[in-house]
Amino acid sequence: MKNPAMFRKLLLSLVALLLLPVLAQAEGLVAGQSFGKANEIVVTFAAAMDAAKVTNPANYVVYEEQDPDIRLPVTNVALAADGKTAILTFAEPLNSTQAHVVSIANLTQAGKAAESFRVMKSYLGYLLSILVSALLINNFVFTKYLGLCVFFGTSKRKDTAKGMGLTFTIVMVVSAIMSWFFYQFVMKPYGLNFLQIVIFIGLVSLTVQAVDTILRKVNPALFNAFGVYLVLVIANCVIIAVPLILADNEYNFFESFMLALGAGGGFLLALYLMSSVRERMELAKIPPTFKGVPIAFIVAGQFALAFLGFSGLNIF
Amino acid sequence: MATDKSNMQLVVNGILNENPIFRLVLSMCPAVGISTTVMNGFMLGVAVLFVQVFSSCTIALFKNKIHPRIRIPTYTLTIATWVTVIDLVLAAYLPEAYARMGIFIKLIVAFAIITMRLEMFACKESVNASFWDGIGMGLGFMFGMMALGLVRELLGLGTILGYDVLGFKPLLFFVLPFAGFFCVGLMMAFFNYIEIVYKRAKRA
Repeated sequence: MKNPAMFRKLLLSLVALLLLPVLAQAEGLVAGQSFGKANEIVVTFAAAMDAAKVTNPANYVVYEEQDPDIRLPVTNVALAADGKTAILTFAEPLNSTQAHVVSIANLTQAGKAAESFRVMKSYLGYLLSILVSALLINNFVFTKYLGLCVFFGTSKRKDTAKGMGLTFTIVMVVSAIMSWFFYQFVMKPYGLNFLQIVIFIGLVSLTVQAVDTILRKVNPALFNAFGVYLVLVIANCVIIAVPLILADNEYNFFESFMLALGAGGGFLLALYLMSSVRERMELAKIPPTFKGVPIAFIVAGQFALAFLGFSGLNIF
Repeated sequence: MATDKSNMQLVVNGILNENPIFRLVLSMCPAVGISTTVMNGFMLGVAVLFVQVFSSCTIALFKNKIHPRIRIPTYTLTIATWVTVIDLVLAAYLPEAYARMGIFIKLIVAFAIITMRLEMFACKESVNASFWDGIGMGLGFMFGMMALGLVRELLGLGTILGYDVLGFKPLLFFVLPFAGFFCVGLMMAFFNYIEIVYKRAKRA
């Protein structure tokens, strides 16, 4: 790494860009709402409420925003001692990745009516969960088994691994953004979905070529450090998998960006971990039958086993 | 610059001497990812065989018209076109197998083995030789995938091609997705062992 400070700044400014979407908060009688435990929704009222009205489960209608027909029955409503916080308990655990709509009937206080409101995790949390998912839970190398040729080829030294991982992340983010624009504004309107593979691989090659040319002119020192890896990038399935996945899932711009960032970061992480182990392994006594690639596979298998532990990780 | 090998030699070369999975260590992603059963390995092997043969023939046909400086993008686009064809055909006629292989069919476009064969072989040789080389490489890949699938299916589920052979499940571990890494590693070590023993026997 010749210039880590620059990359850090670049990454930070890109993350800052993501803080832009601001969430609208519910107004009126209901001051706040959030998911509680697996089968709970916590509603905070602006003022103390009449316990008899609030704790009647029949007054509540709750459904997931996507399926208004499927009503989720409220089994119990508990009001806290201050009369402001109510906990709605449901018969079954809620799917907290979906936005839920809650409407309360027959509830008025001081001239304000409590109308329906949405309960959802914050969008930023959702974006971060995509990032964490691509980075750890669905790590592209260890749980999706993509990009293994390059992974085994360039994980012998830590320096190489870092360079390769960073180059990958940058190319991946740029090509994912380009692919997203192309997919949304050209391929979808003109019904060119069947050309996905041709167009995406073309865009990726184009990105690599562009990064190569720009880097060569703008920062020759950096080019000397990273130039070699750029060629390897094209023949790698991770880089083409990202546009395909984001087209399949109909991700929006920010989600695509997060997916690409997570995928690149995950690749960097995997390469770095692997190279650390392989540097140590050079000093170890390994049976001749396992020397080289076979032992690398066994180690990767153990990493994959360890990464399995991240499944079910739910921070946001 | 014609090759002096016969068609048969080219095919055998792809299957044994230059086996894409166990010898060249290329295209490892599907070898780890979806080699859980013999059938999966066979299906992806057939898809790769078609793409390899058609791309090799296309490039061999147009090799004199391709400017050397843009040859890599040309290869990529040629492969992408044939992958699209296979992708659409499989989605239309074998939707079940297509769903099982998921994204890997589309990812054939990034398999290093195909680009490598175009660069090393098809852009120098005749259409006929490229055709047989493509067949050999495709079969080599297919047999590699099927061998892996055989080991994993037999050890994990006790079946071959879905038929119950052993009657019990020796090591369920092997059908779990991540076991692909262990399986490939152990099989490579096994082949290395055979080679070492063979060389030792030859010397003695």
